Amino acid sequence: MKLSRIVITGVGLTAPNGNSLAEFRANLLAGVAGIQRREIRYMGTQLAGVCDYNPQKYQTKKEVRVGTRAGSISIYCAREALADSGLIWEAVAKDRVGIYIGCTEHGNVETENEIYNISKFNYDTKFWSHYHNPRTVANNPAGEASLNLGVTGPAYTIGAACAAGNMGLIHATQMLRLGEVDLAICGGVSESIHTFGIFAGFKSQNALATHADPLKASRPFDKARNGIVISEGGALYTLERLDDAQARGAKIYGEIAGYHVNSDASDYVLPNPTRQAECVRAAISRADLVPRDIHIVNTHATATPLGDIQECEAIRAVFGEGCPDTFINNTKGYIGHCMGAAGALELAGNLQSFDDLIVHPTINVDDLDPLCALPGLVLNQPRAVAKVDTILNNSFGMLGINSALIVKRFVP
Amino acid sequence: MTKDECKQVVLDIIADIAPDEDLSNVKPEVRLRDQMQLDSMDFLDIVMELRKRHGIEVPEKDYQQLASLDSCADYLTPKFDALTGKS
Repeated sequence: MKLSRIVITGVGLTAPNGNSLAEFRANLLAGVAGIQRREIRYMGTQLAGVCDYNPQKYQTKKEVRVGTRAGSISIYCAREALADSGLIWEAVAKDRVGIYIGCTEHGNVETENEIYNISKFNYDTKFWSHYHNPRTVANNPAGEASLNLGVTGPAYTIGAACAAGNMGLIHATQMLRLGEVDLAICGGVSESIHTFGIFAGFKSQNALATHADPLKASRPFDKARNGIVISEGGALYTLERLDDAQARGAKIYGEIAGYHVNSDASDYVLPNPTRQAECVRAAISRADLVPRDIHIVNTHATATPLGDIQECEAIRAVFGEGCPDTFINNTKGYIGHCMGAAGALELAGNLQSFDDLIVHPTINVDDLDPLCALPGLVLNQPRAVAKVDTILNNSFGMLGINSALIVKRFVP
Repeated sequence: MTKDECKQVVLDIIADIAPDEDLSNVKPEVRLRDQMQLDSMDFLDIVMELRKRHGIEVPEKDYQQLASLDSCADYLTPKFDALTGKS
């Protein structure tokens, strides 16, 4: 079966260090991180990546009040992606649009807020909000976007832990190829900084980063890394079949070349480098490429002591020493771990390498952990390279879900 | 509590739950839903905020009493007075 070619035609994002693709990319090349101190309920001051987009750009005050942060981020990113795509939104058939949004988790924020609320009323549940259920259903972020945009096609979320951002794009690719929709708005979002439970959970796992300087706290591959900085954010893309994009003369950022998703089936939280390597190899194979054809590998590494080493082990197994044109980076040093948005945001951070031929670096590596040393690792300073035709984006998540997505330079 | 004070209590709640609305010219005799965008969830908000802020309970069978500012004042003022011990 000949599969349709799927291309990226629009990008909308909010990250802790930028509210547009241009701003985000400029900060990645300039080494500008976006981590700050934030008061977290019951936990005091913690480090977090916080977004400062203006919700009222696309929402009424009432929509913001009634909805969730994940819903608001979804609306902002979707509207920005559509504006970037050049589509005449009024002319788009709304029943042929799909919204596929990856989430690590959803509902914790609102449930915690309601329990806190009723704690002020002696835990009398008659003070529990009637908005709790629409706010906490798992499809909420996509549903809020469908309401805001008037999309009547399928709109739902994809739960895939921290692989979810990639999963949004992968699922959209599948649905476009099946002919289920003609336009997909897809990617991932995170509201996780608004739930103390995520912070407390990582702290109990000894996996929550601490550092005197917030901007130095997220440090994948550095010997002194001590855990994750939790962040919010989102990145949504417009994806279309190539024929449709070309027919309207759309700007094309890149083409989905291949992907793979698999499961470790080995542990609740510990990654499995063997399965990660299998996932990456399968994605490369599906793209009809070999490892040395990959020019940028954007790693998932979250700056946990063990997880970074295991991903490096997987990358070493796939790429070895024989890939002189393969460069490896990581985005979490700038923005922390944007959870369900991570994969989608980190891909966006690299997308413009097709044009500027620069690989953004992994920052905050003062003392490279020898167990994370890899050929082609780009550290602390951007690197100009001869060729960027392919980007491999890794995103892995708890319960052992692995995703690898390859985007290639668009060549008609 | 006077009826005007009671109307102001309701308007203060509406200002929070419908922050995009201009409340400077709300007609007290006209149904709230006919002069601003309020849906059934918003009316549940009014009921919830009366409960939270003022300890006033509005049973479901009486929701229609909250249709306009005037009907709110007629219905709620005795409840406020009962809370403060004023008959």
